[in-house]
Amino acid sequence: MKHFFIICSVLLALFSSQLSAQQSPVIATQTQAQLQQLTNNKLRQSLVLLQSIASREGVNMLPLYQSLLDGQLYFIKSDTKLIKVVKEAGKKHYSELFTDREITAPAKKAIKKIRVNNKIRIYLRKQIANLKLTANNPQVRQDAVQSLLRDLTPTTIANIAQLRLNEKNIEVQQMMDLALTLDSAIHGKLAVTQVSAIAQLQGNLEPQVRNTLNALNTEQSHPSVQKAAQQALLSIEQSIQFYGYLDQLFFGLSLGSVLLLAAIGLAITFGMMGVINMAHGEMIMIGAYTTYVVQLLMPNLIEYSLWVAIPLAFVVSGSIGILIERCVIRFLHGRPLETLLATFGISLILQQLVRSIFSPLNRQVASPEWMSGSWEINPVFSLTLNRLYILAFALLVFLALLFILKKTSLGLYVRAVSQNRAMAKAMGIRTARVDAITFGLGSGIAGIAGVALSQLTNVGPNLGQAYIIDSFMVVVFGGVGNLLGTLVAAFSLGIANKILEPTTGAVLASIIILVFIILFIQKRPKGLFPQKGRAAE
Amino acid sequence: MSKLSQYFSTRSGLQSSILPFVVILFVATLGCALGNLLFAPDSLFYVSTYTITLLGKYLCYAMLALAVDIIWGYCGILSLGHGAFFALGGYAMGMYLMRQIGDRGVYGNPDLPDFMVFLDWQEIPWFWMGFDHFWFAMIMVALVPGILAFVFGWLAFRSRVTGVYLSIITQAMTYALLLAFFRNEMGFGGNNGLTDFKDILGFSLQADTTRVALLITTAVVLAALLWISQLILSSRFGKVIIAIRDTEARTRFLGYRTDRFKVWLFVYSAVIAAIAGALYVPQVGIINPGEFSPINSIEIVVWVAIGGRGTLVGAIIGALLVNYAKTRFTAIMPEVWLFALGGLFVLVTLYLPKGLMGLYSQYREKFGPKPTQVQR
Repeated sequence: MKHFFIICSVLLALFSSQLSAQQSPVIATQTQAQLQQLTNNKLRQSLVLLQSIASREGVNMLPLYQSLLDGQLYFIKSDTKLIKVVKEAGKKHYSELFTDREITAPAKKAIKKIRVNNKIRIYLRKQIANLKLTANNPQVRQDAVQSLLRDLTPTTIANIAQLRLNEKNIEVQQMMDLALTLDSAIHGKLAVTQVSAIAQLQGNLEPQVRNTLNALNTEQSHPSVQKAAQQALLSIEQSIQFYGYLDQLFFGLSLGSVLLLAAIGLAITFGMMGVINMAHGEMIMIGAYTTYVVQLLMPNLIEYSLWVAIPLAFVVSGSIGILIERCVIRFLHGRPLETLLATFGISLILQQLVRSIFSPLNRQVASPEWMSGSWEINPVFSLTLNRLYILAFALLVFLALLFILKKTSLGLYVRAVSQNRAMAKAMGIRTARVDAITFGLGSGIAGIAGVALSQLTNVGPNLGQAYIIDSFMVVVFGGVGNLLGTLVAAFSLGIANKILEPTTGAVLASIIILVFIILFIQKRPKGLFPQKGRAAE
Repeated sequence: MSKLSQYFSTRSGLQSSILPFVVILFVATLGCALGNLLFAPDSLFYVSTYTITLLGKYLCYAMLALAVDIIWGYCGILSLGHGAFFALGGYAMGMYLMRQIGDRGVYGNPDLPDFMVFLDWQEIPWFWMGFDHFWFAMIMVALVPGILAFVFGWLAFRSRVTGVYLSIITQAMTYALLLAFFRNEMGFGGNNGLTDFKDILGFSLQADTTRVALLITTAVVLAALLWISQLILSSRFGKVIIAIRDTEARTRFLGYRTDRFKVWLFVYSAVIAAIAGALYVPQVGIINPGEFSPINSIEIVVWVAIGGRGTLVGAIIGALLVNYAKTRFTAIMPEVWLFALGGLFVLVTLYLPKGLMGLYSQYREKFGPKPTQVQR
């Protein structure tokens, strides 16, 4: 045991010494002096000083530039030593500039911030990008080139052209090529080179490309250049419009997936069993609150909370569903309007229960790290990850349910009971049990939907009410008792809503959709895909 | 007239139950009215203006329950959107009252209601034209909900949308109207609705006498509507309606155009709801989009279910009882009210399918004198 500690401490010492050796760069004395001068607080001199430093030093000055740009660079008044002050969650951390070693917090009056202006900031950004061109991480290199697109000076271009020769990463290569093409489009000596460069820029969605083309599209440039620029701009506009449509489509699909999740449980309880469950929305709400409780219980493991919440929500909502079926619904069999009223009463009780336990205010459900952020496909089109995951999740739940209903014996029983109760009973199926399990299944899936919805909207006692009318609309529109119809209905309503939204506004869009469905039901009371043959009636 | 009353008495088996109710209604209303106007506030017999307004409100709800009972209890059409007709009638009345404010609003604009000034509108929209006149507003109270009910019912009943489907699309209708009336661009005051009313037909709405007059008007209208509904439902038309409730297909095979019967009954019911709304607004002093919310419409259904559907008086009693309980509960323990209401829904549907009136007739059958056979 003792040996172990010794080895550990030796290793630790070695490691830390290596670290500090790496991080405290050797800085020329002249630079040291200039760094001291930076604290002199003359903005006009700062730029000159920085340029002079940059001409001598390389990557090792990156911390200086970065902290100066972020407004984190301070100096101690007594010995003009440069320090970095980082504010994190309301707490200030003080460290040495180049070594990153923590130092004891000096008095507030003993330090002073080094000021910068916009001119210096622009210079710093460029300098940082130039330095990062040689970084190890390809993503950093790509970002560096991208940020340099804005201001392509001959030195930068020369630098990029030089680095391009040895660049291995394809994406960085493309970005560098773009920089070079842009340069020849702007500064090309002959109109022909400019035109051919512009031709290569066609369809590129980088905002800087558009700005450059707009600048070239003037009377001053050569007529052929102007024409080429116009053409390229047109093609860019077209593809932006195309991606705009794709964006709308994605949001429509996303809304559709939410509708699908909300309606899919109802497609079982209402569609297959014929039970008008007005408490369906509350099953969703209970699923969402389950997520909230799970996160309360494991505050340090938010990343994994959803994996716990999904099965738990299924169990909680499902068992409440079974309880409702056993205590109320089975007595109202064959009396749909009474079922509607009784389940509505249950929904009121559940809402009030949640209000009494958790307060009527909305509750915050955190999103795990892996669900936030977005997938950037190109500069004008990106998909938010949480919506993407929920879309996939909705389809997964749908497929799982389809599998249960079509391939398992439970599914066979459910279908048999929903088609002909008396005959199913005669064949030895315990219909009462199948009823309870089916209702539990539908409610449990509503609970799972609640977990997904908790990632998109506020979790409050009225969460379920917001979805109940929409869910019924989706199920009725798709055709009662038809799961595929529910899928088609959810996505078509979602997409239609998002297509209408830009022209009419969100509220009017949903009104139009509602009116459309009301009229549609008049025309085809059995929905998009009515059941045929013996399954009907 | 004598012929009409003869027709009425021979056909009606329920007449005996509405007459005592109407008498009690009038005695109670007159008693409260006199109590409010004749006695001093410290007297034992004094009835506060608050109580008068509350009673007026209850009677409006009772009228609304009557409307739902006519359509649900007698024709089996469960409308979850009757709150929409109520609110539309209320808005028509509200628009009249709004125009009566004139230049006494906060902005003092003689031509435009306050909310339009606030939204920076220049002139009054076309659909507000004519609401300066009481008679025009009263026509609109009946006409707008009536037309909506006609179009909706005509579309729905002609394509034979029945049962739960119909319930759900009526709910969708009121939900769509709720969303629409929340919009400021609609020109009905958006979120805040219409309020700050000053007077009706020249009488101040704050005056006790106006309040009492409104209560008495409501009671008289309720009694009249009850009587008319009774007449309609015990006539030949009513018999067909009940036949449709029991077996629609058979009635159709007998040669009746069931859809037309249903549409007209639906329109009649919607107009009653609208009149209730129009009487409601001057008494509570506000109408806002919240009245369209689906839960309000469902609450009406529970009043009817508790009172006993298919019995006109039962629906009224149910509305009065539930609303009295609601006032009481929400004052003492507001959080318990929704539990109680939800519980009522479940218990009544499970154990009291015929409501309180059902209990009463059960009691009569068991212990009371055997009813003589009135009908043929």
